[in-house]
Amino acid sequence: MSKQTSAVEPHGWTKFFLHTNGWLVYFFFYAPILLLVVFSFSDSRNVGTWGGWTLEWYAEFAESRNARSALSTSLQIALVSTVVSVVLGTMSALALERFEFRGKQVFDALLYLPIIIPDVTMAVMLLLFFSQFFELLGTVFGIELAKGVGSITLSHIAFSISFVSVVVRARLAGMDSKMEEAALDLYATRWQAFRYVTMPQILPGIAGGGLLAMTLSLDDVVITQFVTGPGGTTLPVYVFGLIRKGVTPLINAISVVMLVASMLLVVLSLLLERSRSGSGTA
Amino acid sequence: MSAAVELTAITKRFGDVVAVDAIDLVIEDGEFFALLGPSGCGKTTTLRMIAGLDFPTEGSLKIFGDEVGTLPPNKRPVNTVFQNYALFPHMNVLDNVAFGLKMSSVGKAEARAAAREMITTVQLAGLEARRPTQMSGGQQQRVALARALVNRPKVLLLDEPLGALDLKLRQEMQGELKRLQEELGISFVFVTHDQEEALTMSDRIAVMNEGRLLQVATPEEIYEKPVNRFVANFIGQTNLLEGTVENHDTVCLANGARVAAPSEHATGTAVAVSLRPERAHIRDRGDIPPGETSVDGIVERITYLGNARVYDIRLDWMTMEVREENRPGMQVCEPGTDVSISWDPSAISVVTD
Repeated sequence: MSKQTSAVEPHGWTKFFLHTNGWLVYFFFYAPILLLVVFSFSDSRNVGTWGGWTLEWYAEFAESRNARSALSTSLQIALVSTVVSVVLGTMSALALERFEFRGKQVFDALLYLPIIIPDVTMAVMLLLFFSQFFELLGTVFGIELAKGVGSITLSHIAFSISFVSVVVRARLAGMDSKMEEAALDLYATRWQAFRYVTMPQILPGIAGGGLLAMTLSLDDVVITQFVTGPGGTTLPVYVFGLIRKGVTPLINAISVVMLVASMLLVVLSLLLERSRSGSGTA
Repeated sequence: MSAAVELTAITKRFGDVVAVDAIDLVIEDGEFFALLGPSGCGKTTTLRMIAGLDFPTEGSLKIFGDEVGTLPPNKRPVNTVFQNYALFPHMNVLDNVAFGLKMSSVGKAEARAAAREMITTVQLAGLEARRPTQMSGGQQQRVALARALVNRPKVLLLDEPLGALDLKLRQEMQGELKRLQEELGISFVFVTHDQEEALTMSDRIAVMNEGRLLQVATPEEIYEKPVNRFVANFIGQTNLLEGTVENHDTVCLANGARVAAPSEHATGTAVAVSLRPERAHIRDRGDIPPGETSVDGIVERITYLGNARVYDIRLDWMTMEVREENRPGMQVCEPGTDVSISWDPSAISVVTD
């Protein structure tokens, strides 16, 4: 038995169970990922059987026009919706954290709604909204619009704003508002105070919110499928469609690519955060 | 001397709460001026209105003759040292200090040179590259001072500048602030709830309570001649002996004793005679020096302070504090001793509500 170095450190059976629990958690987390990666290299049309190593499925993904166009649609939507929701989300976070205005509490509560309500509900709501709205535009102004990339982007913005706002607000709450007053006192305009004092300090929050928005957008299937139209096939929707035709390891390959991409995003955000705090103690 | 800051009938309301209630105040150029009062008395709100961080609800506010009532803070020739400093954690000391100059479009090189010079003035030379979070409270305080002073404000505002420091450092910074103020020759307006700090540092003190200005005077005048009960009690320790005015020279105390107490209040006015603990002396019962006023009591408790002893003396109707400096060979009364307390008639002041 190992030497106990402090009274609060677990020992004996407690320690054994805690360790086992830890390994089990990691197993359930990462075993499926490992399987997915391994089977994406499997040389067999059947997803579940191993047929030796091949890069065929990655090649097929790279060659498939449909897959490539779905990927590019996904990236476009993710990029635009992230930028817009970061700007709007940060603005709403600033408003809620720094200013008093009529109806603030109502606005506050409403902002969290997209986080709480189920995706399906949100999807139906948005579908109804776009149908009615486009019809209105058509009959009143004669403008013909169809659902597609535009409606998907707007929907993604709609649910991302809440997440960005929550993340940025947490960061703002930890910052002394006296600093903004100090900047104003030191001859900064309101914009300069934001640009040089507030923003640098909430940047990790803005970056984190942005990455969250991007991940949510790249991931979303339910809402996207409801509000999509011609030309609006994103990568997750495309994968979903493939499954219906029959599962091939191509799906595994695409999933691995998405997995690696989102892991890169996470690593990037961690590095960003670390470089900020790192320079803080240098 | 000209007026650096002039407040006329300034009122500030937050909703239904009146934070500052129609105060008139003139702060002269080159003055070390204290706004003193308990928390919530409106002193910080008054300072923030001068800085432009809050706008007055009513009244006129002038800085060197210019009406600045609703001018934003970046358009006023004043700078502030904030409570807890509000230094920018993502900038080093040099950038913190140079911030104001950069914002007022002084060239980068020039701003840095001026910042370096001011950092030397506050004795932080060599620490330009440090971050505020890596500095002690006293050093942060100096950075905050440098950051404000480098802009050559016409008035420096300080919000509880020494509140976060421990006693030794506080006393050191008191001297330092005074030295800087004399060197620069501008007025310093500082907010404090610490009456001792206000007394030691200021040329003049404004005592505030519940949004009102009670007395504006030199530290000596505030201590010796407080205008009312609140000021007498808030500044230093005092004994308040309740009574009524009998005539212009005499006050009849609660127990019927008459003491010499010159005042201008009408006969019958309820007043209190304020007697500082160090102005009264303990005598053997009945052994009163000629010309002094006295009351009789019993020693209840003695508190040893090192350089002095504080005696709690029980009178028939109240308990009084008397402070005696410790001198070698002095006689110490035991609790329970019958004594008299005597004082020179000029040592007291008569206050009302």
